[in-house]
Amino acid sequence: MRRHQSRIAFFLLLTPLVLWLGLLIIIPHIDMLLISLRERISFGVYEPSLTHYEKALTEPLYLRTFWRTAVMSVLATAITLLIAFPVAYYIAKMAKGRLQQVLFMLCLIPFYVSELVRTFGWMILLRETGLVSNLLQWVGLADRPVELLYTDATMMVGLVYTSMLFMVVPLVTTLESLDDSVIEAGYDLGGSGLSVLREIIIPHAMPGIVSGCIVVFMLSLGNYLTPTMLGGKDSLWFTEMIYNQFIVRSNWELGAAFGFMLLILSSVIVWGVLRLTGRTLKETMG
Amino acid sequence: MIPTIPQSRAFRLVYGSYVALFFLYLVLPLTVVAVFAFNDSQFPSLPWEGFTWNWFFGDERPQIGIFHERGILRAVGTSAFVAACVAVLSVGVGTTNAFLFNRYEFRGKGLLYVLMLLPLVIPGIVLGISILVFSSTLANGIWDLAQMDIQALRPGLLLVILGQFSFITTIATLVISARLQKFDRTLEEAALNLGADRLTAVRTITLPFLAPAMIGAVVVAFLMSFENFNTTLMLVGSDAPLTIAMFDRLKEGSTPLLNAVSLLLMLGSSLLALLVILFQRRP
Repeated sequence: MRRHQSRIAFFLLLTPLVLWLGLLIIIPHIDMLLISLRERISFGVYEPSLTHYEKALTEPLYLRTFWRTAVMSVLATAITLLIAFPVAYYIAKMAKGRLQQVLFMLCLIPFYVSELVRTFGWMILLRETGLVSNLLQWVGLADRPVELLYTDATMMVGLVYTSMLFMVVPLVTTLESLDDSVIEAGYDLGGSGLSVLREIIIPHAMPGIVSGCIVVFMLSLGNYLTPTMLGGKDSLWFTEMIYNQFIVRSNWELGAAFGFMLLILSSVIVWGVLRLTGRTLKETMG
Repeated sequence: MIPTIPQSRAFRLVYGSYVALFFLYLVLPLTVVAVFAFNDSQFPSLPWEGFTWNWFFGDERPQIGIFHERGILRAVGTSAFVAACVAVLSVGVGTTNAFLFNRYEFRGKGLLYVLMLLPLVIPGIVLGISILVFSSTLANGIWDLAQMDIQALRPGLLLVILGQFSFITTIATLVISARLQKFDRTLEEAALNLGADRLTAVRTITLPFLAPAMIGAVVVAFLMSFENFNTTLMLVGSDAPLTIAMFDRLKEGSTPLLNAVSLLLMLGSSLLALLVILFQRRP
């Protein structure tokens, strides 16, 4: 009787999971793949073909945007890591008690604010009539309004800002678990600040570095708002091209092919990083 | 580089100022957004034309405040409705998932667990288009079979809700699983020994233990849904949630009205976050 009940409970618990993953994740992605692999011959008539992938891989604009998005996302991830690491270390090891809690909470604040609001804030700061432009004129570094928006550098500032939290939090968590006495022992054995950092602190923080980097990379790659609002005409982002094909041009087949390319790019890089560092998705995300 | 190891004054000074600068960078854009909500001008930028509450309460052109701006109010309502649906759905499924992974050993469990994590590593835009594509395939199929046009499968609120639900459920599952793992199962067994059936034991012992995590997950799901942009952008129909409505206005050029909306958003979400922290501190 118990056994029988337990089986029913098992299937009752399994059903929502299977429905959710099946109907909203797996089947839609298979459908998207099938659509990207067909060509429209005439109204309502389709034939299987690779033409959209061929177009995506030969058209210079598409290909350049694809690689640009990948390289810029890697760059954004590296900058975020470099900026976040000292701060995370300060919060985890230098600050104590109340200060530590307050600083950690401060790091979480941008997360509670919509990405749109964050981007809007940067626009107010950096536009031609913005605060920074006025400040530069006031100090005397510029003699007329300066437009700081619509460049790659601005876009990078926005990308780094948006994903900072997802780097700081895992770093703080792993660094906190490093015992102070281990660092002291490193110094006692004659290590310099730099060698302690290289031999003890960074290896210990590696799990945090890996999961932070993966999440930040994914967020940058999939970002739409920041490149659209802060980036210039030349800083086209791959997500913008997907949007254009789907909503503006209604070319779903090509859009679906772009979507798949983005998915493959992100999977390959995430898989590569996990392989390189010998970790699993379960450890890193769960 | 820990407090017990002496460091030169200069080093500590440089390090301290770096961290201070970092936090300036963190709060600067948000502060600017908040401050310009009170600028008595058509533009959220310098020069500062004086302090006004008009962007909140004004009811005359050109300074119509939020509380008299129908479009924005309707968008807030839409967002709240979507967020409430997503929160309830994702925490419901998140709880059953947590029980499934915590209580049962079965073949394919590892694979299912990885699949469950997958929505976190799929870009939001791709998640959006895949659901858009599939729902339209379904709608077209139904039309071909039965000549019925199912409006719900066309871009609109149902698809927005499903799209957001599809990845927020993963987060809800992780939050609730973390708490369920700390549960002492002997408590449940004690209830069984005292004559309760399994369902009663779970209802009276396990669920109250899980309540803080479930409430936390509801709030996180609500906030994530309210702020979601990427997935929503691909699935939205004629009823735009707040982030989409604000995006459309921002493209046309901004007035301090957007700052006022943003400020209220910040206050609202900080308040919710604070409530959760206070609630979870309670023993």
